[in-house]
Amino acid sequence: MITVGVRASRARRAAPRALLLILTLLLAASVPAFGKHTPATAADSTNGGEVTLRVGIQQEFDSLNPFLGFSLASTDVFRLIYPTLTTYSAEDFSVVPELATDWESSADKLTWTFHIRQGVNWSDGRPVTAHDVAYTFKRMMDDPAAATANGNYVDNFDSVTAPDDRTVVIRTESPQATMRSIAAPIVPRHVWSRIDNVAEFANQRMPIVGSGPFVATEYRPQQHLTLRANEDFWRGAPTVDRLRFVNFENSDAAVQALRKGEIDVVRDLTPTQFDALRGTEDIRRVRGKGRRFFEIVLNPGAANSAGDPIGTGHPALQDARVRRAIDRAIDRERLVQRVLSGYGTVGAGYLPPIFEDFYWTPPPEARRPFSIEAVNRALNEAGYPRGPEGVRRGPSGRVLDFEFVLHGDSPTDALVGKFVKEWLSRLGIRVRLQPVSDNQVNQRTTAGDFDMVVSGWSVNPDPDYVLRLQTCGARPKPGGGGLPDSFLCDRRYDELYARQLAEFDHTQRVELIRKAQRRFHRMATGLILFYPNALEAYRSDRFEGFESQPSDGGVITAQQGYWGYYEARPTEQARTASGGAGYRSAAFVVVGALLLGAVVVASTAARRRRTAEHRE
Amino acid sequence: MTDTREELETRGPTNGPPPLLRFVAAKIGGGVVSLFLVAVLGFFLFRVLPGDPARTMTRSTPVSAEQLAALRHRFGLDQPLYLQFRDFLLNLLHGDLGTSYIYNRPVAELILERIGPTVLLGGTATVAAVLVGLWMGTRAAWRQGGPVDRWFTSVGLTLWSVPTFWLGLLLLMAFGVGVGPLPGLFPVAGMSSPDVPAGVVARVLDVAHHLVLPCLTLVAVIYAQFMMVMRTSLLEEMGAEYLTTARAKGLREDLVRRRHAVPNALLPTVTLIFLHLGLVVAGAITVETVFSWPGLGLLTYEALRVPDLPLLQGTFIVLAGSVIVMNVLAELIYRFLDPRVRES
Repeated sequence: MITVGVRASRARRAAPRALLLILTLLLAASVPAFGKHTPATAADSTNGGEVTLRVGIQQEFDSLNPFLGFSLASTDVFRLIYPTLTTYSAEDFSVVPELATDWESSADKLTWTFHIRQGVNWSDGRPVTAHDVAYTFKRMMDDPAAATANGNYVDNFDSVTAPDDRTVVIRTESPQATMRSIAAPIVPRHVWSRIDNVAEFANQRMPIVGSGPFVATEYRPQQHLTLRANEDFWRGAPTVDRLRFVNFENSDAAVQALRKGEIDVVRDLTPTQFDALRGTEDIRRVRGKGRRFFEIVLNPGAANSAGDPIGTGHPALQDARVRRAIDRAIDRERLVQRVLSGYGTVGAGYLPPIFEDFYWTPPPEARRPFSIEAVNRALNEAGYPRGPEGVRRGPSGRVLDFEFVLHGDSPTDALVGKFVKEWLSRLGIRVRLQPVSDNQVNQRTTAGDFDMVVSGWSVNPDPDYVLRLQTCGARPKPGGGGLPDSFLCDRRYDELYARQLAEFDHTQRVELIRKAQRRFHRMATGLILFYPNALEAYRSDRFEGFESQPSDGGVITAQQGYWGYYEARPTEQARTASGGAGYRSAAFVVVGALLLGAVVVASTAARRRRTAEHRE
Repeated sequence: MTDTREELETRGPTNGPPPLLRFVAAKIGGGVVSLFLVAVLGFFLFRVLPGDPARTMTRSTPVSAEQLAALRHRFGLDQPLYLQFRDFLLNLLHGDLGTSYIYNRPVAELILERIGPTVLLGGTATVAAVLVGLWMGTRAAWRQGGPVDRWFTSVGLTLWSVPTFWLGLLLLMAFGVGVGPLPGLFPVAGMSSPDVPAGVVARVLDVAHHLVLPCLTLVAVIYAQFMMVMRTSLLEEMGAEYLTTARAKGLREDLVRRRHAVPNALLPTVTLIFLHLGLVVAGAITVETVFSWPGLGLLTYEALRVPDLPLLQGTFIVLAGSVIVMNVLAELIYRFLDPRVRES
């Protein structure tokens, strides 16, 4: 056997060598950090005086084909590279001309004529004409694949024609107030008429022929999409030279990239991340109103479009008095404070306050303020007495015991569920929380297999779509399918919905939409709890500001339009500074120190090894 | 193990193709059958998943019920299951994995696009982890119970039990963003910078630069298993008489270890390495998420959320396939590494 002395000397040698190995590996790979080209710093965004706006996104582009892409990331890009007939103003979401300079509808409200702007060119130099518009809509009407993403815009179209280069005439089957806000991207006919199979066309050949303020020039899936400014854009070239969307799979990494200056803008921040950025040098935070509402649906007795009952809803919830009682037992102020850290608005009406004209809050006599005592009294009077153990029973004797379906991966849902369960238990109503996958939430909602379920939608500037979700027509067909939300099927609501769709006068239509919301609130099948804020942050050393939408308390990314990216204002520093110099010299110091350390360790180790071998 | 060997040894010469060829053919044949079973299993497994792909995909866009029905029709989801299965099998035999629901592109194309980054990350990390693990395992075993052993073992096991996600984020903060006087040395996300000047060297360096943190995270988490297996199997050899003989010949301690002990202790480790290589493709999913590495793990994750059935089936076949291929390789290589098996 060997002696203890030799063992010890080996041990001394082993540790430094391990260290040496790790140091060498680290060094080898950090070489580019102090090389001539400094990739991951602010320097790369300033190339010969060019300014790149880099936006971190946490969603992938599902498709760059405007007929197929559904994801928010993709539709955001389509707004930048393809024209639309009209767009929404940055100030207040009012409909403003884009490719169409003006439009009129016929006396019978069925024929719409759009006049197309002259002098607008595709990025390959060809002019944009009415034929491109007619081609796009017709393709969506005739080719099922082309109707994939935006087919709902042409559902009610009877015919589309282009009598000349500058006029598009659309005839609809019934009057449709939403004709002014057709957000479907218009594509160049000379490119797309050569595509036989839209369903399998990825549209990844760069540059993509478009005519928006930006042109897509480089795409690496799951990494980034780069666009350059369209110098020929009819409104004038954008202020930045390039725009880049950088994919992050993890929002914490996106926030760190912002701190470090690898990206300029980050969106979809959580309240915690937003708070953590408070007071950070060179970072400005944007707290914008959100387009989403957060809703709890109470199953009012789900039925399919033939009127046959489906699902497993509790009979007590078919009583509107019970639904309204539950509404009063939810302390929304508390939820906004505890669940959203205050970053949200207390809800009541269906549409969020970001859309000022449609926003409705219940008048004093219709309000349902939080009060456990009042609700307890109301339920006693309504014939739901407490049984043994203090749990209430319905007229049929069935215990009020509700299944509350939640999105299992959502912390918001989990917290809301916890609070609601506690409040309802004080009413003598038992709640069983059922956190399940997103897919199961969808499946159970459509099948009516729930008593309570979390729901929520992003609202467009034209609220027609979300309003339609609450009509009888939204209920699933007997064979399945359909897109129900709260299974409300109310004659008066449907009537108001139909009237707003046929009302072309904006003021009148707003009035009808507010009435529809009042009816929805009265029926209490969907309880709107709150409207979360959209939280964003940007590098204020590189950008002075962005056009927000709406101008009062709006957002700068993912707008209904291209304003934020189009009118980004770079700072003088972003235009001139090489940026990242400080970082680079610091890197030199650290790398130098590491290098020195490595040399010392290596030589010591080598010497020890030599002497050790001599000893043996 | 020993029993089988003895059995093989006692068997006399037989007619037919040479035993080596037969052995290889049998192993490969078995692999192909497993792969087919995996493909069939995958088809039914993913169809049990709850959810409606058409509805999940269109969550953020206003769509009509007709649009959803049209989508389902295009995906073939409105067909009876046995017809879907028949189409799936026919396509598979033609080497066609179908078209992804989300991306509207052929699954094979998508997988090819993303498998490179994953193999680069997983491969580099595994090689590094094997080297570090074997080296540390050897040192630790040679001085069992000593300070080096205690250090290596406890550090290794600590890292092994740390959640990958958490460790990744810590490294990202420390070396990506920088802490205190330490500047951020490495990029926090992605595989390459968009603005790297042309030239192979610049690009390679750029990717290497991006590779450091994810690779470091992965190595830190997985090297312990190689270290521990190496340590254990070397400990088993430590008391062996051939080592005493070697020392009696006057060999230096270094040489005794390198030439005699380590080669014998390496065999169980080789099995482990190959089993792990099979998982290279699948194993990096958490790290890919932390560092936004554009690999196959992320693609699978995205597919699972919808669920994008063709894409899931495709990735499942590729992930399972790599495990099967590596297993077959391990068995073949084992034969060459271990003279006792070869001679049988």
